[in-house]
Amino acid sequence: MQKYSVFSLIKNSLSGHRNWDVAWKDPTPKKEYEVIIIGGGGHGLATAYYLAKEHKITNVAIIEKGWIGGGNVGRNTTIIRSNFMYDANARFNEFGMNLWRNLSQELNFNVMFSPRGIINLAHSDAQMNAYARRGNSMRLNGIDAVLLNREEVKKIIPQADFSEDVRFPIFGGLMQPSAGTARHDGVAWGYARQADAMGVDIIQHCEVTGFDIQQGKITGVRTSKGNIKSKKVGICVAGSTNILAEKLNMTLPIETHVLQACVSEPIKPLLDGVVTFGAGHFYISQSDKGEMVMGGDLDGYNSYAQRGNLPTIQHVLTGGLAVFPFLSRLKMLRTWGGIMDMSMDGSPIIDKTHIEGLYLNCGWCYGGFKSTPVSGWTFAHTIAQDRVHELNSELSLNRFSTGHLLDEKGIGTKTWIG
Amino acid sequence: MLHIKCPYCGIRSQKEFAYGGDATVKRPKLNSEVSDKEWDDFVYMRKSPRGKHTELWHHISGCRQWFKAQRDTTTHEIFETAKINEEIK
Repeated sequence: MQKYSVFSLIKNSLSGHRNWDVAWKDPTPKKEYEVIIIGGGGHGLATAYYLAKEHKITNVAIIEKGWIGGGNVGRNTTIIRSNFMYDANARFNEFGMNLWRNLSQELNFNVMFSPRGIINLAHSDAQMNAYARRGNSMRLNGIDAVLLNREEVKKIIPQADFSEDVRFPIFGGLMQPSAGTARHDGVAWGYARQADAMGVDIIQHCEVTGFDIQQGKITGVRTSKGNIKSKKVGICVAGSTNILAEKLNMTLPIETHVLQACVSEPIKPLLDGVVTFGAGHFYISQSDKGEMVMGGDLDGYNSYAQRGNLPTIQHVLTGGLAVFPFLSRLKMLRTWGGIMDMSMDGSPIIDKTHIEGLYLNCGWCYGGFKSTPVSGWTFAHTIAQDRVHELNSELSLNRFSTGHLLDEKGIGTKTWIG
Repeated sequence: MLHIKCPYCGIRSQKEFAYGGDATVKRPKLNSEVSDKEWDDFVYMRKSPRGKHTELWHHISGCRQWFKAQRDTTTHEIFETAKINEEIK
């Protein structure tokens, strides 16, 4: 594989950039693989990469219905954080933060990881208490957390509305300074390029239509490009999880919903990190191109449509205006939607299933992008070793029936409200 | 914007309604012996189909009645709505 560097850039510029190697190949599927990963999104690509790198399993195929990076890894708002209260979620995502910090060097691809901090705003004394508790829990797990008072928040985001006579005045906030953003497409492409270089077959425009199961063991998958054999299959398909589960006669603690995001026209640098509104569901950051990147609530009813509805955009931006009134003068550039695998406790599932050789990675709700490296790392371990790693031992499929929920936000089973 | 036909009030804008989730899950019978699996299925397990979905809606900013609707989860077309004690065909 050609290494990307300033020297290769100069060298290729002399020949008009016509001689770059392809970043990944377009192979026809083989008859059999050691491992098949269904879903060529961030998590699937990362899984294949860590299978090859950490476990030396390179006879791997990624099967993707559309094109790699065309799903949620290309539709999210790029936020990376580990500000979780529960030990299982905190340890899992902080392990991921450490993978993020070195990802550009490791993949030889600039994923533009930019740890500029996230502030969750608080709008009441009770919320400040809850944030103090969450911040303390984070610090016990070795994650940086700073409880900010009103004046400290004002120093960081003076452009927010600090009036005292508003419905939700800013009392303070909880900040994770090491949180940030990354270039989402770069993450997919970086993982794809390295996985391909180590021998993984990335098979695009290939839909899984069924599974071959004999005596409780998986033996292969049926696809639009023919049957492919494998004794190990990992499902990593986010919003399409329930569709594949139906083919397997499985019912999961997952509902599928559409989540929208939007960007404004680009403006000069105004907002350094990520800010979330604490009295509604709204978050905002500014992209390197200058667009204000915003998101919030689900549309609120089961949906497989990768597009949303305007009342939700209006509702989310009403929350946005409460924090940043300047947004009212910006034009909206684009809105779009992605379909989310909403788990019943808001935490993901990375586990084995009752079918031998079939592994499941789902339930990412709104927040799959930040966990892309650690999800791939732990899922690769689970598949390669046929047992879960300590990091994902609590992200189990049966935790709902045993009562060991990870209801980080305490939202209950109404997934569309959270 | 969805336009939802409340069985009591007629067609109204989506903004008047709150969603109530899958209408086909059945709560285990009261005062009966319930296994962990039955309870688990009722509380957490959802088919979440792509295509026709029978679901509950609440006309919360209107007549405040709960009712059922059958809607396509890909096109968002609403085929039919019915009172809570009526069957969706």
